[in-house]
Amino acid sequence: MLRIEDLRFSYKDKPVLDGVDLEIRPGEVIGIIGPNGCGKTTLLKHLNRNLHPAVGRVLLDDKDIEKMTKADIARYVAVVPQSNEINFSFTVRDIVTMGRMPFLEKFGGESSEDLRKIDEAMEKTNIMEFADRFINTMSGGERQRVIIARALAQTPEIILLDEPTLHLDISNQFDVLDLVKKLSDADGLTVVIVSHDLPMVVRYCDRIVMLKDHKIFAAGAPEEVLTPEIMKEIFNIDAVFEKDPVSKQNTVRIYGSCTKRPK
Amino acid sequence: MTVGDTGKRRIRLLTVTAVLIVILLFSIVLDLTQAFFSLSLKEAFMAIFGKGTDVHVSIVQQINGPRVVMGCMVGAGLGISGAAMQAVFRNPMASPYILGLSSGAAFGAALAMTIPIAFIPMFVTRPLFAFVFCMATMFLVYFISRVGGRVPTETLLLSGIAVGSLFSALVSLLTYVAGERMAGIVYWTMGNLSQTGWQNTLIVIPLILAGSLIMATRGRELNAMMLGDAHAKDLGVDVKKVRLEMLISSSLVTAAAVAFVGIIGFVGLVIPHILRIVIGPGNRALLPLSMLGGAAFVVLCDYLSRSMFTSLGILPIGILTSLVGAPYFIYLLRRRKNEVGWN
Repeated sequence: MLRIEDLRFSYKDKPVLDGVDLEIRPGEVIGIIGPNGCGKTTLLKHLNRNLHPAVGRVLLDDKDIEKMTKADIARYVAVVPQSNEINFSFTVRDIVTMGRMPFLEKFGGESSEDLRKIDEAMEKTNIMEFADRFINTMSGGERQRVIIARALAQTPEIILLDEPTLHLDISNQFDVLDLVKKLSDADGLTVVIVSHDLPMVVRYCDRIVMLKDHKIFAAGAPEEVLTPEIMKEIFNIDAVFEKDPVSKQNTVRIYGSCTKRPK
Repeated sequence: MTVGDTGKRRIRLLTVTAVLIVILLFSIVLDLTQAFFSLSLKEAFMAIFGKGTDVHVSIVQQINGPRVVMGCMVGAGLGISGAAMQAVFRNPMASPYILGLSSGAAFGAALAMTIPIAFIPMFVTRPLFAFVFCMATMFLVYFISRVGGRVPTETLLLSGIAVGSLFSALVSLLTYVAGERMAGIVYWTMGNLSQTGWQNTLIVIPLILAGSLIMATRGRELNAMMLGDAHAKDLGVDVKKVRLEMLISSSLVTAAAVAFVGIIGFVGLVIPHILRIVIGPGNRALLPLSMLGGAAFVVLCDYLSRSMFTSLGILPIGILTSLVGAPYFIYLLRRRKNEVGWN
């Protein structure tokens, strides 16, 4: 379980997070949304101590993250970063193997246990057939699967995804999020997604946290958070939350932008 | 060339290791035969174990012996430093020579040669000064070329060339000011293994081995850092600490390599690059093999520089490595888009 208590952070004198309290429950898929500059990515960076809070704490299973080693954190929290452009000709298996780094002794190699976890991660993400291909010859969607496999090889309890669909075409967007959702359902993995893509977020997330002006503005089930009023106020769009009649999935139908930005 | 398959890769690694060892051993024996007259391979080989005429034994053990060992150390050090720097800067163009580190270290060593310090022997001050100026160059180049947390190829090369030229000019200035006292320094700046005795070699060995050991044990972390600092941090790597370790240890190794034999260019660029194309970018194999490859390259070049142009006398080895390395560098620039590791 991951708990955030009164998290405050600022870049120079500009506040970016101004008192965020949040509990992320085991096994849930949680989406963090909000307009540009609201502090989404900064919040995510605190969850594996890429940033240190000015005030407040981040607790992993009631342990203060500041008191853990980097390897400890990496055994608990895996990250799928926004950009996965890789220029060197590592193979897919090389990249996934890196997921075992937090578990290895300085001078030791991978044990058979490690190799099994690596194979497992590649099987779950369906990239076994690519194992020997070079990462720098793969498409964005394929690379994203490889990075997710690497995250799984870390055998984490929590996976953080920063704009996971940003550089992907529409079919790969579904592929990647279907995969993440499946992993969460099957293994009880906790997933935190930061995204701008409202229809995708409501389709795949159990719970939505909306940030505005460096604070949590609303949190709860998608239909509670994404009311027409809130979407109008936060994103300046006319939109409704609905169940898609064909897929029976949650979606957001955006039918226009407000002409004038509300205060 | 594909090296993806894990089983094939292991075979390839073993093959490359074996080939490099053979080339190295062969170059060592060849280089041992060279003197003001040539020994036969058999005579040189016997003399290693003290068998043969006194002249042969003394040539091999006292003159060529330290020279060959120094050549191995210098080549190994420059090779692994280049490989480590390329990983830290995420840039296959980084190397001790291109980034001006060799020039910085050369200036430090030349300064020690020009200004003798009482009570401290020169075989201590030369590597010490070389290390200080090498470190200074490294951090200068690093901070000049850093743009918003990234180190773009263009600024890295430009600042390396600028700082390197500055130190080269300072070395020339020293030579000019010092006059005939520095006659040897001109030859030394072109890379020269002929002034090495056992004393200098025994100083260099531990420095280069210690620095190389630090680099070679960080292969896994360097792999993660080649994907980007963010990736490495997310995998639990203490990026700042590893980077600092690499900058210090590669400066130490470069300084030790330059202090007594001068600037031998392009070893740290050419060797890791060729190896990366053959065995792939994984640093756990690349770092130790760059030592082997660098050693073989330098000793082979030393042999060639002594045997190829006998009518001209002995060619400074730095000229030969640059004659091989510079065209390769140009070839890299031309092919940069297709080459692995280019952004």
